[in-house]
Amino acid sequence: MRSLAAAFIAGVLFGIGLYVAQMVNPEKVLAFLDVSGRWDPSLALVMGAAVCVTALGFPGVFRGGKPLWAARFSLPADHDIDRPLLFGAGLFGLGWGMAGYCPGPAIAALLIQPAEAVPFVLAMLGGAWVQSRTFRR
Amino acid sequence: MRHRRDGVRQAVPRRGFGLTYNWAASSDFKVPLIPMTILGSSLAVLGGLLIGLSALLLLLSIGRIAGISGIVFGLGARDATERGWRLAFLAGLAVGTLLMLPIDRLAFAPRQGFPLWALLCAGFLVGYGSRLGNGCTSGHGVCGLGRRAPRSLAATFTFMTVAMVTVLILRHTLGVLP
Repeated sequence: MRSLAAAFIAGVLFGIGLYVAQMVNPEKVLAFLDVSGRWDPSLALVMGAAVCVTALGFPGVFRGGKPLWAARFSLPADHDIDRPLLFGAGLFGLGWGMAGYCPGPAIAALLIQPAEAVPFVLAMLGGAWVQSRTFRR
Repeated sequence: MRHRRDGVRQAVPRRGFGLTYNWAASSDFKVPLIPMTILGSSLAVLGGLLIGLSALLLLLSIGRIAGISGIVFGLGARDATERGWRLAFLAGLAVGTLLMLPIDRLAFAPRQGFPLWALLCAGFLVGYGSRLGNGCTSGHGVCGLGRRAPRSLAATFTFMTVAMVTVLILRHTLGVLP
């Protein structure tokens, strides 16, 4: 129960953060990615601020040895920088640059502009499903 | 939101979730509603801090990485015990968004007329790519960089660069997307 409440509150903070930072506005995101046009650098501040918190806070959390309400940390397996990682990140960047949505803002946008977000999210789930069917590590 | 012939938007009151809110008038389609002013920058930093705190809370409490693609795609996993916290996080994300919707100063005009083919294509690529690359902006960009994972640094650099080049080509070279 405690762990569900913590996950819920983390989700609330994330949702508020995305909205306050205007990352939920795909035009704002595209303006950030549009370095050769009228560049709007503010999303660099979003990421910078977020990474400051995690970079400063995570080492302290890891020093605790284990999380408060779980047996251990569930971290991604640390393999090398391999081709699937770079290819996947490249495809992700291509999609992100096309429409201005990455997964978090797309989920939030279901409640803000469903006309765009519903087809995007359905296609996103479809893409993930196809990936799970076609490629296994 | 009405769309005038000349492509300029008119702000009209919009009703949603039982609340009436006005989109602030933005006469120029290209200018983001909250520009890079002191207010805009402060909001960006504040939003980023909240996202970072969210990731910190999730790691501290249940030892999980706040990567949205992993959370969403993990819902499809066979192991049902893994679904609870993911659903709770996504419910929180929805509640956080709904809490913000009524705030006039943060409201923005929804994009109009963005082609459906591009949304479908982009969605597919984002889904396929983030699952293949084990993460998206939040997982690699916020959490991965925070724990100084070399894979996340490589992924973040890759998707940032590709996304910027994509906008350059689609918007400026080819002019096929707004």
